[in-house]
Amino acid sequence: MAVIVVEVMPKRELLDPAGKAVLGAFHRTGIEGFHEVRIGKRFELHVDGPVTESHLADARKMADDLLSNGVIEDVLDVRVEDSPA
Amino acid sequence: MRVGVVTFPGSLDDRDALRAVRLAGGTPVPLWHGTHDLEGVDALILPGGFSYGDYLRCGAIAAHSPIMSEVVSEAKKGLPILGICNGFQILVEAGLLPGGLVRNDHGDFICRDQKLRVENTETAWTSGYDLHQEIVIPLKNGEGGFIADDESLKRIEG
Repeated sequence: MAVIVVEVMPKRELLDPAGKAVLGAFHRTGIEGFHEVRIGKRFELHVDGPVTESHLADARKMADDLLSNGVIEDVLDVRVEDSPA
Repeated sequence: MRVGVVTFPGSLDDRDALRAVRLAGGTPVPLWHGTHDLEGVDALILPGGFSYGDYLRCGAIAAHSPIMSEVVSEAKKGLPILGICNGFQILVEAGLLPGGLVRNDHGDFICRDQKLRVENTETAWTSGYDLHQEIVIPLKNGEGGFIADDESLKRIEG
């Protein structure tokens, strides 16, 4: 069993209001050491058996076509991980 | 004039849109996202709501519905399409409109009556208005922050 992990983040130059709201909670908690929090997404695509090149090609295609919107987000990584299960 | 209204899982304002078409003197045609059939309508409305719970990104999953392949191909042939609220987000995610939508930068959900000025009466959807007429549209969204490149913004703003 293996997992393909896709990581998507909002583009660097765009304001991330959700991250900003979380940073506010850091400060209200008295944690002052961080000046920015950014929130992205991690997708886990589970595969029965070993990951093939075809799985990876499909994962990359869907990362670009569905899992991210290139206008507002970047796909940071598409990689294989061992399934924790 | 037959005007189709597509219902997606999580559409909320599809019945409102069908009623509006009827009150405007048109024939409302309810359409279903899971088909490939636009039933030969003369125009199309993608209504508001929270299609697929707004999971992933607003409108993103609905933009990959079966019926959207026909919507995209007919749009390219000139079929007038009105995207309201979530319907607009679906059109953006389908690549029919430029740009993308992000969470409002102030972090608030907006819900208000919004005054708009009609700047262009040369479109299928605005030809019944007077130029510069002020109209009121109910506005409600949490992810209404429109992002586009400079060239697209320039074109949109005319």
